[in-house]
Amino acid sequence: MSMPAMKSEAAVAAPAASAPAEIVTMTPKRAPVAEKYLKMAKDAAVRVIPPLIVLALLLLFWELVCRRAGSALPPPSRVFKETKELIFDPFFDRGGIDKGLFWHLSASLQRVAFGFSLAAVAGVALGTLVGQSVWAMRGLDPLFQVLRTIPPLAWLPLSLAAFRDGQPSAIFVIFITSVWPIIINTAVGIRNIPQDYRNVAAVVQLNPLEFFGKIMVPAAAPYIFTGLRIGIGLSWLAIVAAEMLIGGVGIGFFIWDAWNSSHISEIILALFYVGIIGFLLDRMIAIVGKFVTRGTAAN
Amino acid sequence: MTTQPYLKLDHIDKTFTRGNATTEVLKDINLTIEKGQYVSIIGHSGCGKSTLLNIVAGLTNATQGGVLLENREVNSPGPDRAVVFQNHSLLPWLTVYENVKLGVDKVFSSTKTRAERDAWVMHNLNLVQMAHAKDKRPAEISGGMKQRVGIARALAMEPKVLLLDEPFGALDALTRAHLQDSVMALHQKLGNTILMITHDVDEAVLLSDRIVMMTNGPSARIGEVLEVPLPRPRKRLELATNASYLKCRQRVLEFLYERHRFVEAA
Repeated sequence: MSMPAMKSEAAVAAPAASAPAEIVTMTPKRAPVAEKYLKMAKDAAVRVIPPLIVLALLLLFWELVCRRAGSALPPPSRVFKETKELIFDPFFDRGGIDKGLFWHLSASLQRVAFGFSLAAVAGVALGTLVGQSVWAMRGLDPLFQVLRTIPPLAWLPLSLAAFRDGQPSAIFVIFITSVWPIIINTAVGIRNIPQDYRNVAAVVQLNPLEFFGKIMVPAAAPYIFTGLRIGIGLSWLAIVAAEMLIGGVGIGFFIWDAWNSSHISEIILALFYVGIIGFLLDRMIAIVGKFVTRGTAAN
Repeated sequence: MTTQPYLKLDHIDKTFTRGNATTEVLKDINLTIEKGQYVSIIGHSGCGKSTLLNIVAGLTNATQGGVLLENREVNSPGPDRAVVFQNHSLLPWLTVYENVKLGVDKVFSSTKTRAERDAWVMHNLNLVQMAHAKDKRPAEISGGMKQRVGIARALAMEPKVLLLDEPFGALDALTRAHLQDSVMALHQKLGNTILMITHDVDEAVLLSDRIVMMTNGPSARIGEVLEVPLPRPRKRLELATNASYLKCRQRVLEFLYERHRFVEAA
C-alpha cells in the first residue's frame, strides 16, 4: 500500500532539491552580512560624527580668534607646527628632564598607579570597617568628613616634611586625595547590603573572611567602583598640581617647565594628553567595574 | 515509651525593646514537632510568625525560653536549620549552580570530595527540576524558578529541619500551586521535617500534618493546633471535595476570621 505513496513523494522531492534550491539558499545568506556591516558602520558613524563636527568647529573658532597678530595664545595650526617634534617622537631621552612626552606621562602614571592602588586597598578596608561597625562609624566618620575637605595640595608641604623626598610625597598626595571617596562609597555599599544576604551567610555559616569575599565585596561592588572612579579622577587631578611643585620627570612639571620657557604650544599639547589619559583612566575603571559587577548590576 | 521530641520550642517569649518602649511579640510559645512532620504556622500578618521562624533559625534570639533540636539547644543560625526565604534571597552575582554550591561547599567541606560536592549540587538541582538552568543568574530566571533554586539550596545542606518562610507568598497563583505540588513531592520523597510559615489557609491544609494557629499580636500565642488527618500522597483536585479537607479548612477559617479577626488598627 505504501509503496506508490513513497514513490510519488520521491518524485516530487527530487526536482525541488536540484537547480532552483541553490539559488534560493545563496541570495538571502549574503544580504544579512552586508546589512550587518552597514548597520555597524551606521552605529559607529552616529557616535563618532557629531563629536568630530563639534571638534572641527571649535578648532576653527580657536584658529580664527588666535590668528590675529599679537594674540596671547597660539592658534591650533601654530601649536601643531611647534610641537610636531614632541608629537611624533614621544620616546626621546636627552637626560635630566629633557625627555619625550611618553616618559613624562609614564612617570606621572606610575605615581598615580602607586598612590591609587594604596588608596584602593586602604579605602576598601576602612570603608568596610566603617560600614560594618557602628562604633567605627561613629568614631571615624566625623574625622573623614573633615579630612576629605582638605585640598590635595595642602597636604604636599606636610608630606614633604615627613618624607623629605618628592617621589613618596607625590604618591602620598595621590593616596590622600583619592582615598576619601573610596572609603565613603564602600561604607555606603556595605551598609546597604540587604539583610537577606546576611541571613543567607549566617545560615550557611560563612566565617568573617568568607563573608567579606563572597558577600560583602560582590554586594558592595557597584558602590566600591563608583568610589574608585571618583578616586582615580581626583588622583589624576592632583598629580599634575603636585608635580608642578615637586619637579622632576612628570607631566605636571613638564607643563610648569614649558610655562617658564614660554612654550605655550607645549602646554596646550600637554593639556590635551592629560585630558585624554584622564578620560582613559576613568573608562578603564568603569570597564573593570562593569565586568566585575555584571551580576549585581543586573539585579 | 516516651519518644523525645525532635524539635521543641520551649516557652518562647520575645519582646522587642526600642528606647523605653517594649513590645511583647510572642508569649509562651510551646510546640513540639516530630521527625518527618510537616507543620505550618498560620496567623494574620504582624502576629510574629516570621519572628518565631527566625528564632528557630537562630537569626533572632528569644527573650525567654529556647529551641531544642534533638535535645540540644540551638541559638545561632546553622545549616541544620536551612531557611527558604520568602523573597528567595539568591545572591545575584552567582549562577544558580554557584548559589547552591555556596552552602554545599561549607557544609560538606570535609566529608565530600570536590567531585562528590559537584554531583550533590546537581542532584539537588535535579530534585527541583532546575538543572537545566544551572549556569543562569537569578536575574535571568522567573520568580518560581528562583524559589525552586532557593529550595534546592536549603535541601542541599541536608537540614534536620527545613524552615520555609512564606515560600510561595511572592508567586502568582498558578506558579504557587505548581511549587506546592513540588514541595509535597519532595517531602514525600525525602521525609524532611518541615516548619512553614504561611497566611494561606488552603496551602496550610493541603501541605501540613499539623497547623499551628496563632492569635493576633501583640503577645501572640498559639491559639490552636489542628491535626490534618488526610492521607498522603494528597491530590489537590481530589481534596477539593474531600469532607475532612473541607472540615479542616473550615476550622482554620473560623479561627482566623471569627475568633481572632485581624484588627486593622493594631
